Amino acid sequence: MANQARGNVTINTDECKGCGLCVESCPPKVLHLRPELNQYGIHPAQYTGESCTGCGICFYCCPEPGAITVYRLDTKNVAREVANAAAV
Amino acid sequence: MSEYQVAQQKSPVFYDRYFRKDELQHQTHYCPGCGHGVAHKLIGEALAELGLQDRAIIVSPVGCSVFAYYYFDTGNVQAAHGRAPAVATALRRSNPESIVVSYQGDGDLAAIGTAEIIHAANRGENITVIFINNSIYGMTGGQMAPTTLIGQTSTTSPWGRRANNEGFPIHMAELLSALEAPVYIERVSLGDNKNILKARKAVRKALELQKQGAGFSMVEILSPCPTILKMDPVVARKFVNETLTKQFPLGVFRDRKPEITVVNPPQRSVAEVLGIKKETATAEEKAARKAFTHDVTMKIAGFGGQGVLLMGQLIAEMGMREHMEVSWLPSYGPEMRSGSAHCHVTLSHERIGSPLITKPQVLVAMNEISLRKFAPQMAQGGLILYNRDKVPEDFTLEGARVVCVPASEIADQIGSAKVANVVMLGALLEETECLPVETAWGVIKSFVKNEKLLAFNKEALEAGRKYVDEKVLVGACCQPDGCGY
Repeated sequence: MANQARGNVTINTDECKGCGLCVESCPPKVLHLRPELNQYGIHPAQYTGESCTGCGICFYCCPEPGAITVYRLDTKNVAREVANAAAV
Repeated sequence: MSEYQVAQQKSPVFYDRYFRKDELQHQTHYCPGCGHGVAHKLIGEALAELGLQDRAIIVSPVGCSVFAYYYFDTGNVQAAHGRAPAVATALRRSNPESIVVSYQGDGDLAAIGTAEIIHAANRGENITVIFINNSIYGMTGGQMAPTTLIGQTSTTSPWGRRANNEGFPIHMAELLSALEAPVYIERVSLGDNKNILKARKAVRKALELQKQGAGFSMVEILSPCPTILKMDPVVARKFVNETLTKQFPLGVFRDRKPEITVVNPPQRSVAEVLGIKKETATAEEKAARKAFTHDVTMKIAGFGGQGVLLMGQLIAEMGMREHMEVSWLPSYGPEMRSGSAHCHVTLSHERIGSPLITKPQVLVAMNEISLRKFAPQMAQGGLILYNRDKVPEDFTLEGARVVCVPASEIADQIGSAKVANVVMLGALLEETECLPVETAWGVIKSFVKNEKLLAFNKEALEAGRKYVDEKVLVGACCQPDGCGY
């Protein structure tokens, strides 16, 4: 249980345009651009699969309305987490 | 393992798919790393959280965000370049329940639309303006914008913007906060995480204020344009954070409710203000009058000062009193006297489609210029009333009758050259019988207050009728002597 990340993030590789802003913005640096190209010829962003805090910063930095979805174990304190992450 | 719950996802304010083209319906048309997408998301989220989606109308501008209507599942209007605040004003005033967002770029808002935004802000329109400032023209390919920085190169400032040649960057937030009416003006940036979340708050606050009916709110968003700035998206964002924010300081420039005294005009109907009596005639009475009138389209032309426009007004007024549909369309130059003037008058028992008359049935030509100019337009079998005792020697016309009535001479004999138009009116009524002469007299009485002039007018009206009765022969047609067979 202790190993389970607080958050999770899914990236729609079709919607992602590979700008890399989420990779740059992610406070725990758990996003990266996939080395392989997708069908549109770009390197979409990808979650490494561990240590996401569910802060949601990547969601606000991403210019695509639906490319990123952020999940959290406990959604009660989302706003506080977002604020904390921004302050880092 | 605990279950994850969704914390952030695509706002329901966006469509599921964007019906922009057959392909690529799953993504926006914005370049990778464009600030528009982020700004859209902030608006979408705020609208959803405030429960305003069904009331929202987004006015998309000209610029990259011209296609905003493909993305927002709200009301959408696309405005002409720079006119979004004017369109938003109309939308907000005519739909008081709506939440109107004018979404504009810097070329749109600060260049071509400067007048619109300043006046909308000055009137304190209850709208929210989202102003995307990326310091350059994006859609058109990188021309210099009013917000371009000193020294910044663009396709139209290839050596960098110079203050002595292109002027200084315009600071819209500061400019508008100098006005009395705006309620909330803030400049935010999309330069880093912290600022994006500040921008989120600002957009939300602006919309909340509009929801409360507070007044004009604007959020200026400094936004990256990686493509035109020829930068990597991450570098472009840094440029916003480090360079743009130096020139355009972030912060709240206005956050107060101005004291506006609401003064409502007295509630009076248009008829009351104009002193018009309400129509009391019944349908039967109207039908009974129908026999005394008939449909006609006419052009009345002459010099300014001859009373051609007034004559048209008199006829239109008469038509109204006889329960007809009427239109009066004047056309005149800037001169008050001696310029050329004419008007179009339509009398009809049916509704009138257009006040413009291209083939008049009747032409009143008060001078030779008008006769020569408008006679060729006459409808087949039309009637021309010409203000001389005969037509010019070289004048010929087929398909229309010319009746010569020397109205100006008759008016002179009566004692006032001013009443020539009324002489002509009398002749017109006698010749066409489109309206009863008693109505004409009633209208003239309400137009002319001076007793002496009224007497002249009465005489003129009779003289015009009498001239047609006695001097003009039945079936008169176009001959040099004016009234041959």
